[in-house]
Amino acid sequence: MAKGINRADAAAGVLLTLAGSVFGAQSLGLEIGTALRMGPGYFPLVLAVILMLLGLLILAAALRTPGEPTGATAWRGMMFILPAPIVFGLTVRGLGFVPSVFLTTLVAAMASARMRILPALALALAVTVFCTLVFSYGLGLPFQRFGPWVRF
Amino acid sequence: MDLLSNLALGFATAASPENLLFCLIGVILGTLIGVLPGIGATATIAMLLPITFQLEPVSSLIMLAGIYYGAQYGGSTTAILINMPGESSSAVTAIDGYQMARQGRAGTALAVAALGSFFAGTVATLLVAIFAPPLTAIALRFGAAEYFSLMLLGLVSAVALAHGSVLKALGMVVLGLLLGLVGTDIYTGTPRFTFGIPAYADGLNFVALAVGVFGIAEILRNLEGQQDRTILGASLGALWPTRAEFRRMVPPVLRGTALGSALGILPGGGAILASFASYTVEKRLSKTPEAFGKGAIEGVAGPESANNAGAQTSFIPLLTLGIPANPVMALMVGAMIIQGIVPGPNVATEQPALFWGIIASMWIGNLMLIVLNLPLIGLWVRLLKVPYNILFPVIMAFCSIGVYSVNSNVYDLYAVAAFGLMGYVLVKLRCEPAPLLLGFVLGPMLEENLRRAMILGRGDPATFVTRPISATLLGLTLIVLVVVLLPAVRRKRAEVFVEEG
Repeated sequence: MAKGINRADAAAGVLLTLAGSVFGAQSLGLEIGTALRMGPGYFPLVLAVILMLLGLLILAAALRTPGEPTGATAWRGMMFILPAPIVFGLTVRGLGFVPSVFLTTLVAAMASARMRILPALALALAVTVFCTLVFSYGLGLPFQRFGPWVRF
Repeated sequence: MDLLSNLALGFATAASPENLLFCLIGVILGTLIGVLPGIGATATIAMLLPITFQLEPVSSLIMLAGIYYGAQYGGSTTAILINMPGESSSAVTAIDGYQMARQGRAGTALAVAALGSFFAGTVATLLVAIFAPPLTAIALRFGAAEYFSLMLLGLVSAVALAHGSVLKALGMVVLGLLLGLVGTDIYTGTPRFTFGIPAYADGLNFVALAVGVFGIAEILRNLEGQQDRTILGASLGALWPTRAEFRRMVPPVLRGTALGSALGILPGGGAILASFASYTVEKRLSKTPEAFGKGAIEGVAGPESANNAGAQTSFIPLLTLGIPANPVMALMVGAMIIQGIVPGPNVATEQPALFWGIIASMWIGNLMLIVLNLPLIGLWVRLLKVPYNILFPVIMAFCSIGVYSVNSNVYDLYAVAAFGLMGYVLVKLRCEPAPLLLGFVLGPMLEENLRRAMILGRGDPATFVTRPISATLLGLTLIVLVVVLLPAVRRKRAEVFVEEG
């Protein structure tokens, strides 16, 4: 058996242990209650302890097994895909539905290294027109098409 | 006959023009997204879930069921055409289906998959209709202790069927349970784990979690490589199987249907197990086992039927007990709750039109798939050629609009981003997200039943083992847990999943 540690498993173990301790610490701040009348903190505390134990077991096992390559990481993807819904959330009330969809699509489109700016703009425009027709006019979702920030 | 009048009510509901339309839209949308490489049924449903919320409960669930069948069929299509199964249950189809496609018999493989699925779907729908009412009657006698034990069994079985490490899958379940508890405690009204954000007092949005962990994580994973997909340029070949091929596919379809129907009822993703079991059985029984892996028609017909029958019968625990057997059913529970329906044995008696309408729509959905999709195969193939960098921005826009439309809460959108990151990290660390979603849905139910059982049992945990049904369920849970942790079984299990990948 090759030497070394399984980094992915070790990281998973550490993360689960951390998550367990965060939930555990928070549960301690809640009323625990008794087994008969469980308070809001009882069940979460039990789960948090189990999660911490599982995390430690995974970590311990990872230190004894060799690692495997994890492959490329989509850094550029994360930089643009994850902010897309946030952009939508930040602008949908102020700018309104139409500009917000346009911005969201544009930001998401930048996640691909192969996307050029002009096709991205064209794509965003097409998606905006389509979504406005389908969701706003078609399904009648109660969103303002243009919000207070862009009203004249 | 009760069954006939019930089915008549169901078909009357499902065959109303607007429900037929929604079923049709669901099937088409489901196939459309499901055909995208690497996006399986769970991710597809998570993304399309919000679209259905504007509809009446019956129509919305019928459309969701349609999306489910469509997505599953789309997954088989990519498995056969580009050797890229969207879901592990169609991974088996890829083995022989892709080989058939390389031999210029892609059309036949797709038709066999569709015909087998349709037959299996018909049988399984009938089984659901026959077995749901008596099981509902039993379920009505279930108390809190039984529910708790049953959910525990479901969660542990989900772990047993997840890929990779058992410990990590257990961790995912527990993490999911904890995330499910975020929000106001129902007994005392105390906010829990909300970090002072009032928008999270009602709990984390289920749609945001599903879209983030399944949809967005999937997109990020697909953005890693950015290599060109090789799609078979060759023609599809003949669509309809020849008479000889037809005769070869009948026995595997029958066996697959039987296997799938039985295994689908099991909690924890029976469809995956069913397609594997069917493939193994066909290979064992075949006179020419060496043909398997080189384009054997039996290797497509059996597993595809098994997987569809399993997908159908996995509705049984959902409709009778309100307990999801797999992540897709967990999404269904989420959809029902958002629609104001409490899943459980009462649905059948209180809303017979809804209950039987869904069952009838299963069959209609399967019929639509075969009537529409076989002629449309050419279109789906062309869709596979659309570059990915045009598709995912569109998906992102739809996801954002969809999540926001659920309850116009911008915090849900921030949660999507957070869950997307979490989902991607989990994928990178080789943690299966399916048990997490199951835990998330069952978390509040599990806690409520635990607390109620303890109060009813006067604080004595023995209540779980003195009640016979509960004790049996707990015993089964223990057996499953011990079995998956046994070293010998662990090795065998690893082999099975290696073969799949």
